[in-house]
Amino acid sequence: MRINCPCCGERSLDEFVYYGDADLRRPDPQDEEAGAKFIAYVYERTNPSGFHRELWYHGLGCRTWIVAERDTRTHEIYATCRAVDGGAPEGAAADRERS
Amino acid sequence: MSERDASKEASQSFRVPGMGSIDTTRTITFTFDGRIYEGHPGDTLASALLANGVRLVGRSFKYHRPRGILSAGSEEPNALVELRTGNRREPNTKATTVELYDGLEASSQNRWPSLAFDVLSINQLAGSVLSAGFYYKTFMWPAAFWEKLYEPVIRRAAGLGRAASEADPDSYDKVTAHCDVLVIGGGPAGLAAALSAASAGARVIIADENPELGGRCLAEKRTIDEMPSAVWAKHAQEKLRSTNEVRVLTRTTVFGVYDGRTYGALERVSDHLPVPPQHQPRQRLWRIIAKRVVLASGATERPMVFGENDRPGVMLAGAVRTYINRFGVVPGRHAAVFANNDDAITTIADIQRAGAEVVAYVDSRKELSPAVLAVLSEAGVDAILGGHVESTTGTRHITGATVRTADGEIRNLPCDLIAMSGGWNPNLQLATHLNARPHWNETIAAFVPSALPPGMAVAGAANGLLTLAEALASGAQLGIEAAHEAGRPAVEARSYSTTPEASSIAPLWRVPETKGKAFVDFQHDVTTDDVVLAHREGFAAVEHLKRYTTLGMGTDQGKTSNVNALAIMAALTESTIPAVGTTTARPPYTPVAIGALGGAHRGRDFKPERLPPSYKWAREQGAVFTQAGLWLRPQYFPRPGERDWQETVFREVDTTRNAVGICDVSTLGKIDVQGRDAIKFLESIYINNWGSLAVGRARYGVMLREDGMVLDDGTTARLGEHHFLMTTTTGNAAKVLQHLEFCRQCLWPDLDVQLAPVTDQWAQFSMAGPKSRDLLRKIVDSEFDISDAAFPYMAAGEVAICGGLKARLFRLSFSGERAYEIAVPSRYGDALIRRLMTATEEFDGTAYGTEAMGVMRIEKGHLGAAEMNGTTTAYDLGLGRMMSDRKDFIGRTLGSRSGLMDPDRPRLVGLRPINPKHKISAGAHLLPQKAHRTAANDEGHVTSAAFSPILGHTIALGLLKRGPERVGEIVGVCDPVRGRDILAKVVSPEFFDPSGEKLRG
Amino acid sequence: MTTNDRYSIFSILRQAWRGNTGWKPVWRDVAPKPAYDVVIVGGGGHGLATAYYLASQYGRRRIAVVEKGWIGSGNVGRNTTIIRSNYLLPGNVPFYELSMKLWEGLEQDINYNAMVSQRGVLNLYHSDAQRDAYARRGNAMRLHGVDAELLDAAKVRRLVPFLDFENARFPIRGGLLQRRGGTVRHDAVAWGYARAADRLGVDIIQNCEVIGIRVDGGRAMGLDTSRGYIGARQIGVSVAGSSSRVAAMAGLRLPIESHVLQAFVSEAVKPFVGGVVTFGAGHFYISQSDKGGLVFGGDIDGYNSYAQRGNLPVMEDVCEGGMALMPRLGRVRMLRQWGGLVDMSMDGSPIIDRTPVEGLYLNAGWCYGGFKATPAAGLCFAHLLSCDEPHDVARGYRLDRFATGHAIDEKGMGPYPNLH
Repeated sequence: MRINCPCCGERSLDEFVYYGDADLRRPDPQDEEAGAKFIAYVYERTNPSGFHRELWYHGLGCRTWIVAERDTRTHEIYATCRAVDGGAPEGAAADRERS
Repeated sequence: MSERDASKEASQSFRVPGMGSIDTTRTITFTFDGRIYEGHPGDTLASALLANGVRLVGRSFKYHRPRGILSAGSEEPNALVELRTGNRREPNTKATTVELYDGLEASSQNRWPSLAFDVLSINQLAGSVLSAGFYYKTFMWPAAFWEKLYEPVIRRAAGLGRAASEADPDSYDKVTAHCDVLVIGGGPAGLAAALSAASAGARVIIADENPELGGRCLAEKRTIDEMPSAVWAKHAQEKLRSTNEVRVLTRTTVFGVYDGRTYGALERVSDHLPVPPQHQPRQRLWRIIAKRVVLASGATERPMVFGENDRPGVMLAGAVRTYINRFGVVPGRHAAVFANNDDAITTIADIQRAGAEVVAYVDSRKELSPAVLAVLSEAGVDAILGGHVESTTGTRHITGATVRTADGEIRNLPCDLIAMSGGWNPNLQLATHLNARPHWNETIAAFVPSALPPGMAVAGAANGLLTLAEALASGAQLGIEAAHEAGRPAVEARSYSTTPEASSIAPLWRVPETKGKAFVDFQHDVTTDDVVLAHREGFAAVEHLKRYTTLGMGTDQGKTSNVNALAIMAALTESTIPAVGTTTARPPYTPVAIGALGGAHRGRDFKPERLPPSYKWAREQGAVFTQAGLWLRPQYFPRPGERDWQETVFREVDTTRNAVGICDVSTLGKIDVQGRDAIKFLESIYINNWGSLAVGRARYGVMLREDGMVLDDGTTARLGEHHFLMTTTTGNAAKVLQHLEFCRQCLWPDLDVQLAPVTDQWAQFSMAGPKSRDLLRKIVDSEFDISDAAFPYMAAGEVAICGGLKARLFRLSFSGERAYEIAVPSRYGDALIRRLMTATEEFDGTAYGTEAMGVMRIEKGHLGAAEMNGTTTAYDLGLGRMMSDRKDFIGRTLGSRSGLMDPDRPRLVGLRPINPKHKISAGAHLLPQKAHRTAANDEGHVTSAAFSPILGHTIALGLLKRGPERVGEIVGVCDPVRGRDILAKVVSPEFFDPSGEKLRG
Repeated sequence: MTTNDRYSIFSILRQAWRGNTGWKPVWRDVAPKPAYDVVIVGGGGHGLATAYYLASQYGRRRIAVVEKGWIGSGNVGRNTTIIRSNYLLPGNVPFYELSMKLWEGLEQDINYNAMVSQRGVLNLYHSDAQRDAYARRGNAMRLHGVDAELLDAAKVRRLVPFLDFENARFPIRGGLLQRRGGTVRHDAVAWGYARAADRLGVDIIQNCEVIGIRVDGGRAMGLDTSRGYIGARQIGVSVAGSSSRVAAMAGLRLPIESHVLQAFVSEAVKPFVGGVVTFGAGHFYISQSDKGGLVFGGDIDGYNSYAQRGNLPVMEDVCEGGMALMPRLGRVRMLRQWGGLVDMSMDGSPIIDRTPVEGLYLNAGWCYGGFKATPAAGLCFAHLLSCDEPHDVARGYRLDRFATGHAIDEKGMGPYPNLH
């Protein structure tokens, strides 16, 4: 697999560290349901077969955290962007999704 | 016809003068099973053996039947030899792919005592007992006999060749390459594709497993553009080699297709030589990243399935033509040709031209096209149409073929060669590596690629286009398209002229009536009976068939057997071939040496070594080093006269506690944290408070994972209003940096904070002990006040040392002594350690290593990796009080789950043996003093232990159920794997100077 | 099982005499009935073992196993065949030891030779810290009555002289040995359980893909499959890497990610590796099959995947470890590389539990270690399905353990599936 780092360009898989689902949001610790929400945030996964937005860390490169949109069945990567930019617009992601 | 004995054969008597394209002017010698033979440069081991009349080359896996040479390529299932000797011995090497070199040594394998007489060939007699999967049905009684009797016997018979028993002496290389167009295969289709793509200006890599490009151009008697095909191929190769941006990789097999248009290829750089030349690897692993790929991997001929079809002398027709046309070797003098397709017809003329006789042409088809009939009549051979070869005769070599004619007549034809062709299977393995399924093409009776990996197109025979004209045309066209898709200008594909050829086929998957075993998979001795049995027992799905019979699991990966087996199973289940299953291949296309995949990463070079700044100096001192991740750290510094490491460590601890000791702590992770929100950031990742930390001061901090477990600890110093320097443990440096970057970029992208790892930028030395300040005074420039008032415990700041060198000074202590850490840019590290050690002489100080550091940190009850093991909370480790309740931090919410607040959890304690002579070891378990030594009574374990020279006995840290409540209690320390069981007293984890007086001075 | 059906040397001779024409299908090829008491989803080792124990130990009848492809097509046919019970934590040791004991009697129990071979599993250590961690683990095993030996370098050398002891970047200091560990012929486990379950009346239904779970009022009613609707009083899901997909059909989100784990086999060579050896300083472990192939593997590829195939960097990483540990492997050729979908749980330990949907039960989260667990997982899942409470040795494998803070984290890696 080769991942297009928004800062460095396309690089081999072995420069990256995988982290998982990019759509999880850290809950507000002040939330009344914080306990349950944190459990879901830390432990529960959609784990889809198909389109997946996921986090990668360019650890042996520029240390950028990257959101990649990838198909878990084919390993095809549709798009990448910096995590600080929040990932690709949701419309674009939905357009690329293949059943 | 009588069997020939190779020893009576004159040298190379099967070589045909004037035929073939190899250089026969030079003669080289080689040995097979100790006998010396002659061959020529350009020969393969197989062609040279055939030239010398050697037909018996190996024994089969299960029945130990005599086997010869079936093919002329990497699909070979039979002719496997041990190549070379000693630590270069290469088992299971296909004689058909070994390039002959002078002095080559090969021997047959899987036979005892000799190839000609193999005791285990007795297995043939028990053939119906040793049917597919028989071993699943027996050897069960009595149970204990499996390991003791049955399995050892099976294992003695297992395996083919022997692996070398010493380390591989050769080196391997890895390289990554990028190109516009990768052409896989250098036959007519591949050459045409590469020429096309190159003409469009593309960066091209063309790879072929043979020493020369050309493929079947070299093996057949054809013409291209009015030239003999071999000459055309030579010109094409020369043209490619002289074109800029074209790289020709011969002896290179593209073995795997991976994600991201990455292709794995193996270049056999030196395998055609006795040993690799100096500074050359044996093999090179290529990782090729290609924008577009033209797969032109050709096709593999299928054997015919008839009785005793495995005898030496039964050969693929295409291979016979290869030996004649390329190597000038005729594999027999009296040949029968048995086929079901037009392509095999050309074999007749080739055999005749080589001066051998074609005793009969047997075709399972009753009717042939006029063109083919004309060829047959011109050749004047006895054509048996609608007939079958049913069986063969002979023992170690065929002496005849038993043929049934269309009207049922049995004819015995004396012959020493059967050239057979059951049609051709496209080599579509690489097209299926990414899980695509091929589809069935009725016209050619074979699977062809359907869905393809991104960027791949398939040309020529690999795509089922079996004639030369189609190969050239499709290659030329796809080469142009690939170059264009890779961003090169569109150009016109050129066309090639060839002589016409016929290619029709009527499949015959097995000869209906046979005598003797009819082999489907030669290497694994899978017969039609085994396929029938698999069907009878319900193993009809292709993967069940393969797994139950081991069909296709051999070193040839079933290249010659899979489709025949599928077709036979389809007939048994009365379904179609694709309904039974398809043949999706797993990488690699041909087996790849593990050494090549390992590359240079072996021995001392397995992983890089990280060397601390004082490494060179420490080496000079004779330090003993230990591994800390990739770091090499001095473990202790033995001095002359010291009996063992223990004595050295005692001295280092003692000197440090009474005078001063110096230790290189550069390996600790150092992360520079800057920004207006740096404090806020630290507050969020550490459990304790940071707001009150003044500039010029440092503080100990603990961080958790989001699940509430301790991630790491260390000190962070405030160097400026918005500038902090964090330290991490050596082992967690990369992990903590990743965690902090995650928090900064993914959780709180709005915070104004930046991180930079500076571990390698600073050399940092700890000076610990009552004389540490005196030592420091010797190197810190005099204008800096380092008195306790000006530079108290936990102070941090910038100073100058040794006359103006800027340095960072921290008053931190891991040992519990008055201690300082001084940091200078790494390039000064070596000079500084030498200066410090010179300065320390007057205090009788010492350098100390990780071992003494470990002793002193246990004496102080400081935490190490064994305590912060990923399953301990801050409470468990006695750090509960540090947790701020005034803020959120990573790990806070989930750290309060009931299971983690359970008072019964094991918590940190100190332990000392009741009998001071007893030793406690880390890894021992803790149980109530008198409880039974069973898991039900297990209450914890010893995490760290050391002998304390100050206290005169072992001390240990441990995690004990309700530990801190049990101080004073006596517990059992149970260590069955080391045969120890002693008693220890639970104590506070701070063994030494618990009030911290020494620390503050 | 009638005596006629029994496999033995005598049945082999008798059949050989008759040209092997009298063998029966190892399991019946059946079409689904409209309804069953228990339907196990997944015809892998775990599912088939569950069905067998349901029928043989718990006297259950009207049992079906539905499999989307052919039985044994998942991880039971893709693993590196290792069995061991060398675990650390009290939540795990008794379970895996029960599995080991079941392996030890399996072939006689199911009358199928799965070649359970206890040639030993050796985990190497290369540092004092690793030694202490293995001592802790070995002691835990011994306290549970499981065999474990801590070896020093000299003893390791006597046992496996073919490793690199001279020139290693991370010298071998010793190892933790479990002599009862070993290997089992993986496919035979699926076939043997299938045959034994079939003889007890279990319907094994191949080419039957589950496409929906019908839930009514919080209760699972049955399955929509590619071969029609199948009613079920109880549904046991045992589908490894597909767990999240199947659970989603009942509206559940699991603490699981599906990852790919690669495995490799070399060409067959004359046996020289006795037992299983695990490198402690790189991602590499190896054993040698009875056919002579060196079977080896390493770390998971490390990202969510349903592709059942691995990538090149991991293959190189594994072979680098192999060459570092056994430099005599240099000229041995790797024959085949493949991948399996592993159901990585959030703490590296499995789940055998009820789900919030009544009648729907889950056996999942086996990470890369499900094969050795096959008999015990089958037995414990059958126990849960029959007694509606966990088997004694599987009490920790609860779905809600993450919520309560009772993770069973052998490696201490935390909630990061790709690190376990």
